[in-house]
Amino acid sequence: MVQYTQARLDDSFAALSDATRRGVLEQVGRSDASITDLAEKFHMTLTGMKKHVGVLEEAGLVTTEKVGRVRTCKLGPRRFEEETAWLERYRQLWDARFDELDKVVEELKRKEKVNGRKKRE
Amino acid sequence: MDARRESEATPMKNRTTVERKSERELVVTRTFNGPARIVFEAWTKPELFKQWWVPKSMGMSLLSCDMDVRVGGKYRLQFAHGDSQSAFFGTYKEVAPHSRLVWTNEESDEGSVTTVTFEEKGGKTLLVMHELYPSKDALDAAGTGAADAMVETFAQLDELLVTLGASSGRRDK
Repeated sequence: MVQYTQARLDDSFAALSDATRRGVLEQVGRSDASITDLAEKFHMTLTGMKKHVGVLEEAGLVTTEKVGRVRTCKLGPRRFEEETAWLERYRQLWDARFDELDKVVEELKRKEKVNGRKKRE
Repeated sequence: MDARRESEATPMKNRTTVERKSERELVVTRTFNGPARIVFEAWTKPELFKQWWVPKSMGMSLLSCDMDVRVGGKYRLQFAHGDSQSAFFGTYKEVAPHSRLVWTNEESDEGSVTTVTFEEKGGKTLLVMHELYPSKDALDAAGTGAADAMVETFAQLDELLVTLGASSGRRDK
């Protein structure tokens, strides 16, 4: 569980360790942009920009969507907006609840087995 | 002193996701390693519900839990945190065994409507919890102390790292 969170943080830090990617994130935060737009804005090749966007996407910081021939880039589920902190806290709360619920489910499954009520349809 | 049974009892951990679908909607998803009827049971029987709704990390305890799970039936959860108490209550609007639950939250005029669906596939259950708030402000307010948390990106990451460091440090002692 901790490892999982750390892996995500590692991804975020790696993604944000590059000045271009930070710039892209900032840009996409202002408005959605196509990869072509971004490449032009940051004076890069399309291939180079695709790589950067790929890293940001991997870290969940942006998402991309292809409409027709244009791939548009927008802020991802892990965008660092003001709401992110509490959304993450909210996620942690539900994650903690669901970890407990896992135990309840396991317990109920075990009881069913013991009671031999596990019938085939 | 607990018997060490974790290795056999703990299945692979599934991922919990939270997404803000719109200004007024939050969606939480999680898969459980059991059939829908069992997961549904855990959401609708107070004696089971009590076992998971208030994990230790919440820092509060559940004093009572009443659930009349049928359309028009009421629920009421009473919590204690420190010296203060609070309640969470409302009405069930839809109850479809093993597949769908809808309830309202009635602590204020700005209460949310929660829809939980249980979708079984290959012995596992995908749970989707959808919360609809009457306004953006109501959703924002639901994030407790949200304003305090609105700090800069790296401050947030730092904080998380400190928390993680603290929790792994504790284990060493």
